[in-house]
Amino acid sequence: MIIQRPTGSEHSLDAALSIHDLTVAYHRKPVLWDVDLDVPEGSLVGIVGPNGAGKSTLIKAAMDLVPKASGRVMIYGQPYRKQRRLVGYVPQRESVDWEFPVSALDVVAMGLYGRIGWCLPVTRKYRDMALAAMERVGIADLAHRQINQLSGGQQQRVFLARALAQDARVYFMDEPFAAVDAATEKAIVQLLRELRAKGRTALVVHHDLQTVAEYFDRVILLNTRLVAHGPTTQVFTSRNLHETYGGRLNLLDEAAEAIGRQKVTA
Amino acid sequence: MNTPFVWMWDLDGWIIAAGVLCAMSCALLGNFLVLRRMSMMGDAISHAVLPGIAAAFLLSHSRDSAWMFLGAAAVGVLTAVLTQGVHKLGRVDESAAMGVVFTTLFALGLVMIVRAADTIDLDPSCVLYGSLEATPGDLWLLGPWLVPRAVVILAAVFLINLTLVAVFFKELRLTSFDPALADSLGISASAMQYLLMTLTAVTTVASFESVGSIIVIAMLIVPAATAYLLTDRLGVMVTLSLVIAALSSVFGHLSAISVPRWFGYVDTSTTGMMAAVAGLFFGAAVIFSPRQGLVTRWLRRTRMSLRIVRQDVLGVLYRVRELHEQTMPTNVSASAGVDVGKISRAVGIGRVTAAFCLWRLSKTGRIMPDPDGYQLTPTGLEEGRSLVRSHRLWETYLRDHLALPADHLHSPAEKLEHFTGSRMQARLDVETQHPRVDPQGQQVP
Repeated sequence: MIIQRPTGSEHSLDAALSIHDLTVAYHRKPVLWDVDLDVPEGSLVGIVGPNGAGKSTLIKAAMDLVPKASGRVMIYGQPYRKQRRLVGYVPQRESVDWEFPVSALDVVAMGLYGRIGWCLPVTRKYRDMALAAMERVGIADLAHRQINQLSGGQQQRVFLARALAQDARVYFMDEPFAAVDAATEKAIVQLLRELRAKGRTALVVHHDLQTVAEYFDRVILLNTRLVAHGPTTQVFTSRNLHETYGGRLNLLDEAAEAIGRQKVTA
Repeated sequence: MNTPFVWMWDLDGWIIAAGVLCAMSCALLGNFLVLRRMSMMGDAISHAVLPGIAAAFLLSHSRDSAWMFLGAAAVGVLTAVLTQGVHKLGRVDESAAMGVVFTTLFALGLVMIVRAADTIDLDPSCVLYGSLEATPGDLWLLGPWLVPRAVVILAAVFLINLTLVAVFFKELRLTSFDPALADSLGISASAMQYLLMTLTAVTTVASFESVGSIIVIAMLIVPAATAYLLTDRLGVMVTLSLVIAALSSVFGHLSAISVPRWFGYVDTSTTGMMAAVAGLFFGAAVIFSPRQGLVTRWLRRTRMSLRIVRQDVLGVLYRVRELHEQTMPTNVSASAGVDVGKISRAVGIGRVTAAFCLWRLSKTGRIMPDPDGYQLTPTGLEEGRSLVRSHRLWETYLRDHLALPADHLHSPAEKLEHFTGSRMQARLDVETQHPRVDPQGQQVP
């Protein structure tokens, strides 16, 4: 079978996200190598690959958070710095210090800082917007808790509410499902579907191969280079997975993948 | 020899004013340094600015503060830039990079000062250990008032810091908490970093000549670290740190001029005392902090242990009564001589604790003494029953769901029973399918 790769002709201006020839290197060691892909508007995209495959780097490079060695990234046909307002970001939960002296509401309101503008205070209006976002993920009652008093799942929901408050059209989420309880996982899936129904696009770094087929319309298989990208039903095959994980995939994962495929076809 | 100190407004008033302004300027920035885990950046900058001061001095041939500010502020920012550079290019840890940069710059500054010392009057000790006590000696005419130069400069620095921190409060909070999100929103984390570094450099230089470097390092870290222990809101933390800094200065000076005299010595260094008092505040916060303080933790632990012991006492009394019902159904009210000694042995606690718990239990109407010992009141009976019920349900649950052998069931159940509310007990009952007897064959009450 030939590995699916988007060709140059597929690039279009109205793709929510268009990555062209992206290469990123840390200390001259390539982390992403010549990645080329277009993500259509309104899709839920899982980013899958082994540890160190460059999954987080892909979304960080898309948001100009890490320098690119070459290539360009377009959000709705424009470079990121012109489209900040269209992008929402959910970083890895461990990337921040949860002992920081702020309330859950303070953190959610941070998603609005871009809109509030430099040096202007967070007024009542913005606090209400933040609260409404917390309502949507079911944590409005925790608004005034200090963030270290929240459980892991609740902390993840705080980050999701913050991204929702950004009211973006493209969301980048770095492992939102990592170590969350079942209720939070369900809430996140529900939220992703709501976003899709509104024509929003989400790219989600994901580790659990068993749920890829269930949660995502499209999948990006990554291992420094792009192994495959496309609709989950076509691309999420054991052959591609095998190539992505370089034989590191164990029997259990393969079985899970087989189960997942049956669910899709059923 | 043991003369009481004499308070002089012209002298002590100005010393305290300079101390308070300096301490608050440092503490204000310190909040963000501490939260960014960059506490030592203040230390680094306070040393690294030395070549800046020396260079400004050599170039301008004057001790004019304006030149020193510029030189030191430039080197202060350079420290931040170089640290990041060494960290990234040299691929060494950030704190190691900081260590390399500031020691090198500091050494360079010392060399410059010593080289220049032949021709110019600039003494390293006067740069490093400025004397707060000399503050009232150097006066500026400000309108109709004579005000010490250091007070004017430190007041200006404090106002600048206060204004910028107030204006950029939101940005400082975001970039300290989540720099990646800040950058993604277009709020440059490195711009805020350099603003903070510049302010730290300027503050450090302004404080250098009036109070010396040790106090700057102390005030950049200690008040903020103390405030961090006392609250979980950034705004409150900043306010508290200012109060702690001001109090440290006031009490620092007061103790410097009074405490040594109690022991027949002359006054000691005010800046030393300010740092020491700030340290005392920190120590007090470690011990008494409402959330993680040692006292709070000890109280919480003790209160919980006593609650558990009281419940165990009720459990013992319930089991005794149960045994009685089985052996002598006609005489259920008997307490079977359960006294302090028996309780302390059965629960495994000292006699004093046992007596205290029994006293508390009778005071809250759970047990009452009878000629033979103690027996349960209806309230106590219900609580004891509930505890024993939780215990036996847990034993059943652990056997059914974790397949623990029979001799491993008692001790986990003994712990879990104390944390089982009525809702959890109901769920346990459902999940163990309403057992009538526990794995030991005892009835589940």
